[in-house]
Amino acid sequence: MISTLDRASTALAQLDRAAQAAGRALQFMEVCGTHTMAAFRSGLHSLMPASVTLLSGPGCPVCVTAQADIDQMIELAQEAGVCLCTYGDMLRVPGRKGSLEKARGRGADVHVVYSSMEAVQQAERNPRRQVVFAAVGFETTAPATAAAVVAAGKKRLSNFSVIASHKQVVPAMLALLKAGEVRLDGFLCPGHVSVIIGSQVYRPLVADFAMPCVIAGFEEFQIAEALATLAQMAASGRAELVNQYAQAVTTAGNKVAVRLLEEVFEPANVVWRGLGQIPQSGLVVRKKWESFDARKKFNLPARAESEPAGCLCGQVIAGVVKPVDCSLFGTTCTPVNPIGPCMVSSEGTCQAWFKYGRTAGR
Amino acid sequence: MSATRKTTIGKQGSGMSLPERIMLAHGGGGQLTDDLIGGCILPRLGNEILNELLDAAEVGQDGDGGRLAVTIDSHVVEPWRFPGGDIGRLAVCGTVNDLAVCGARPVGLALSLIITEGFARVDLEEILDSLSKAAGEAGVAVVTGDTKVIGHNGQAEIYITTAGVGRIPRERKLSPKRIQAGDVILINGPIGDHGLAVMLARQMPEVTSPVRSDVAALNGLIELMLRNLGDEVAFMRDPTRGGVAALTAEAAMRSGAHVVLNEEEIPVQPCVLHAAEMLGLDVLEVANEGKVVLFVRPSAAEAALALMRAHPLGQGARRIGQVTDDTDGICELRTRIGGRRVIQKPYGEQLPRIC
Amino acid sequence: MCLAVPALVVECVGEDALTDMHGNRVRVSTVLVPEVKVGDWVLIHAGFALQKLDEEEAKETFGVLADLERHAGADL
Repeated sequence: MISTLDRASTALAQLDRAAQAAGRALQFMEVCGTHTMAAFRSGLHSLMPASVTLLSGPGCPVCVTAQADIDQMIELAQEAGVCLCTYGDMLRVPGRKGSLEKARGRGADVHVVYSSMEAVQQAERNPRRQVVFAAVGFETTAPATAAAVVAAGKKRLSNFSVIASHKQVVPAMLALLKAGEVRLDGFLCPGHVSVIIGSQVYRPLVADFAMPCVIAGFEEFQIAEALATLAQMAASGRAELVNQYAQAVTTAGNKVAVRLLEEVFEPANVVWRGLGQIPQSGLVVRKKWESFDARKKFNLPARAESEPAGCLCGQVIAGVVKPVDCSLFGTTCTPVNPIGPCMVSSEGTCQAWFKYGRTAGR
Repeated sequence: MSATRKTTIGKQGSGMSLPERIMLAHGGGGQLTDDLIGGCILPRLGNEILNELLDAAEVGQDGDGGRLAVTIDSHVVEPWRFPGGDIGRLAVCGTVNDLAVCGARPVGLALSLIITEGFARVDLEEILDSLSKAAGEAGVAVVTGDTKVIGHNGQAEIYITTAGVGRIPRERKLSPKRIQAGDVILINGPIGDHGLAVMLARQMPEVTSPVRSDVAALNGLIELMLRNLGDEVAFMRDPTRGGVAALTAEAAMRSGAHVVLNEEEIPVQPCVLHAAEMLGLDVLEVANEGKVVLFVRPSAAEAALALMRAHPLGQGARRIGQVTDDTDGICELRTRIGGRRVIQKPYGEQLPRIC
Repeated sequence: MCLAVPALVVECVGEDALTDMHGNRVRVSTVLVPEVKVGDWVLIHAGFALQKLDEEEAKETFGVLADLERHAGADL
């Protein structure tokens, strides 16, 4: 077996050659927070040719969740009789009035769970409490929410509901290209989202926008290999869809998971932080399952979207500006005292820049 | 997460003014803790000795020209029992290690127990038995103590504070200021065990795992090193909260040297790395309770490794980095694929994530 | 938002499976991959098995872990 280190150095050499052959600056975008983290942690940026840039797009689910949605979750956590279960990722995200962590400090019943099924069990164990599972995430995580709703349905739990802000990644990629504000030479497509939705969903990006797309895994050598393939396509003027994570990603994806998503959710126009409303980009609970939709059950009022003054997270997510271009970055907005969501989430672009961005020797 | 190590240095904090109320993250051992100490505590209590913010402070001399060292550590860990240890063992080892890394031989421990009403006696006895066993292993006795019982609102808990006094032989001078270009960085074994054992026990109690805390008293190992290597050892510290990342970033900053860690050489057990990946944690930032990182002169590196590997607590000893002749005060990681990135001190407590 | 790790299925009970990787044993739901059986490799995320993996591919993909294991075996 060729070692992964050898594969990484071969790929980096290929990337170098292709970047030279392209003869111009190349700008690629990943749309997955785990790619963001892997690229920074492995020091990949310091090994890429100077003419190649890897941007972070709207791939951090916490970061793209509308402020109004976060506020709804925090308000709901403070309702009497409610036990709010959520992933650790959500705990510190600031709303207009504090975070879930701070709400818990004031006495709200907030539980961190690793799996949506733990929330269902919580509801079974506490029939007198209203257990609400709060979740954000793309297609990788959304099936877990759908499975929890179906499980609660089977168990006829009347004290379980979900407040979910699930999103689909491809409509956001298309919206970025349509807006045309950021010049891209290719997408590094998310590996684990693709496990669920399959490789074929990226076809419109290739067909309608002539955008090279490579699906990649998360080891550093896999990211390097994907970047090399993208650069080779850019150099030869080709635009193709290449699946370099075939170990886990099939053409059609996980059909059982997709069917489950379609059973519980339907696409809807939803607001992404910074990107505004994107048609058919969200997943909302279908009418059939509305008794498990916390927004309906608790009659939560819709709120207008508003963002912290001066925060450029939206443009950072769109790849239009770099974190350092924001006047708040590193001054008033730090991981200790985050103003915008890209600084809160450990996979957010701003936090990754703050933490790993200073590349030694460059 | 566990032991509240006496922190580091105010000027490395986040630079933010303190909020109206203290937050949980102020106790996380990161930059926010530095803010609390630098912005609130030092202005009121600061003095020549305290301002140094050492793991153990040197106070006065004994008859032989040695110095006395004093340290204190509070322990709050949830759950109090975790694979590989418990709060009792932690309370002894944390304090003994804080003395030992300063070159001190522990003389005695003072113990303060704060127990909430309703705490099970059988649990208290288990903790005290464990504490006694750990003190025996470290060769140090609890010589005085205090007990308080308080009311509570939530579940029954126990908080343990241990203070320790030690004696530093006259010739020993360990300080980050002695770090110089060419020094080699060593560690006595794989990293991340303690933090992940506690994190798994707390966040994913249904998971069974071979990950066990490394909590151990290091004074025996450290005494062996110092006795044999003398002033070839420039500086050492135990990578507790904030992990190896916090330790090396701080050592670079305080010495003004450029510290390089080689990712490939840093030992991590596969089960620990897998657990860290599952929880979304960077193992470099995870706490250890039985590890020591040493900066030694290059001429002594091989001897130091051989000494450690012959000791039960140093069998996995490795060279993990070196000090170069730049003077920018930065710690850099050379990654497995040959990339370079800066290692910064973490800013607060780590939370698991699924993203 | 997609931390996922490989693991080997060591036990199946109804819609749950016990998975193992380096001794870390995690119980996950198999509703998304109902066909899995003992001995299969799966990709797990947030308490769910997302996909079956080919054994060789699982080992290659997560080669870094394998490299590390060799590393650790040799020296620790």
